[in-house]
Amino acid sequence: MAHARGQFAVSDDARAAANAVARHSYGKLLAYLAADMRDVSAAEDALSEAFAAALADWPVHGCPDSPESWLMTVARRKGIDGVRRRRSGEAVSAQLQAIADMHAECTGTSEEEVFPDRRLALLFACAHPAIDVSIRAPLMLQTVLGLEAKTIACAFLVSPEAMSKRLGRAKQKIREAGIPFVIPERDAWNERLEAVLAAIYASYAEGWSEPDDADLTRRDLVEEALFLARLLAELLPQEPETLGLLAGMLYTEARRRARRNVEGEYVPFAEQDTRLWDAGMIDDAEDLLRRASAFGRIGRYQLEAALQSAHIERRRSGRSDWSPEVQLYDALYALTRSPVVALNRALAVAELNGPDAAVAIIRTLSEDKRLAEYQPYWAARAALFARAGDEREALHAYEMAIGLACDPAVRRFLQRKQEAILSQTPPSVA
Amino acid sequence: MQYLLLLFADETGWHRMSSEEQTRGVAAYRAYTETLKEAGVYVGSNRLQDTNTATTVRLVDGKSQVLDGTYADTKEQLGGYFLIDAPDLDAALGWAARCPGASHGTIEVRPVWPTPGASSP
Repeated sequence: MAHARGQFAVSDDARAAANAVARHSYGKLLAYLAADMRDVSAAEDALSEAFAAALADWPVHGCPDSPESWLMTVARRKGIDGVRRRRSGEAVSAQLQAIADMHAECTGTSEEEVFPDRRLALLFACAHPAIDVSIRAPLMLQTVLGLEAKTIACAFLVSPEAMSKRLGRAKQKIREAGIPFVIPERDAWNERLEAVLAAIYASYAEGWSEPDDADLTRRDLVEEALFLARLLAELLPQEPETLGLLAGMLYTEARRRARRNVEGEYVPFAEQDTRLWDAGMIDDAEDLLRRASAFGRIGRYQLEAALQSAHIERRRSGRSDWSPEVQLYDALYALTRSPVVALNRALAVAELNGPDAAVAIIRTLSEDKRLAEYQPYWAARAALFARAGDEREALHAYEMAIGLACDPAVRRFLQRKQEAILSQTPPSVA
Repeated sequence: MQYLLLLFADETGWHRMSSEEQTRGVAAYRAYTETLKEAGVYVGSNRLQDTNTATTVRLVDGKSQVLDGTYADTKEQLGGYFLIDAPDLDAALGWAARCPGASHGTIEVRPVWPTPGASSP
């Protein structure tokens, strides 16, 4: 186990606790200030000033009784002073770490709420329709969690400079367009909540798509995304989709350890050792899904979570009938019309009705340009054609899947599959 | 817009690999190249021979100076390149991340200086 944030294994727990406090406080403080000033950048500057003041003041005068109120009071004064130096999340980040350590010593346990939590309004502002879709998730990660632009840039595979500029532009848009820091009205509710959920899901998917455990930046992003999902489920417990999103993320996260064998090689779901799954996390997900379904309002994220639940139950019980999965994919496809859902549905159809039925679906999907550079599409296509006995198509699809793979373990896995076909194929065909 | 992906890696790594690993490594690059071609972004690529074959030339006071070895002595060496035509830097970074070289070395992504009058598809 490597240490991303702490140098000493002993202090990891304490440090994680301190980080949690700082993250919790950072988002709360920034949400409050930003709503007050209607300007995210100015709020970040004010908060940065307040952190700097705390680092100078607390070691001399001792920790204040309520560190959050102390920081808020100072930040508001700095904000009123009109501090407009262009500081980004970068300056805040180092301070955040130092504050985290001091803050944990100050509070020990949770401190009483001294001002209302406006993080939900901040999340809605970040996912406002006027904000470009691709920057919503990065904006949430920076404003609610205080993440550095360069960390976010790595996770989303863009240049740090470009990420900084885009974040800056988004904040400028919030200020100049007067995007409100409010929880939207009921009539716009569903669409706006969907945008918040999509942005959190996007951060998780970015972290998850690169499962190399040595890659700490991305590994961290998964935890940050889970933090956001937990936060949202906590702030909106009456919205079944927030519970569905968190459940889906927990189901996936629970299987992380099983995705690699001891040699570090990729292990597909069907071959994973179910004993390596995190049973506690799966129980939590099951519980969330039950709570969500009690509302009787089905949605995309609940269906995705229900599918994961079904996959896990099937592996544990050894059930061979795939009709529940196919039905769930039918419902999910009716709701989303997503080609990725259609692809996964084809894989379930292959189990239920045989590979030929699935190959017919895959052939119609090949028209969809959105899948052309989607690595899992080519991997699935390869596996299905291989099962259907079409070696030429399978070899080509494996070639594409290998060429599109970022993860070396996945690449090696696919190469072994491709080699297995080549070794069976008569030389004249290959 | 064209981007040059410069592949840097410790070239001794290749010689330490088993022949099976080498075959698989070459196959990974072949698949990557095919994928670039099918995506319509491929312009060109080459693998370079080891740095012990490198020679540097420059003119000093009107006299050419020829030296054995590479220009820059680095821990990881330039071992090859891909020239691609991608819509923007994000797309180029996406292709760089898929390059097998990204997992055994470092890839430097450089936009090509635009040449006036050069036709770009």
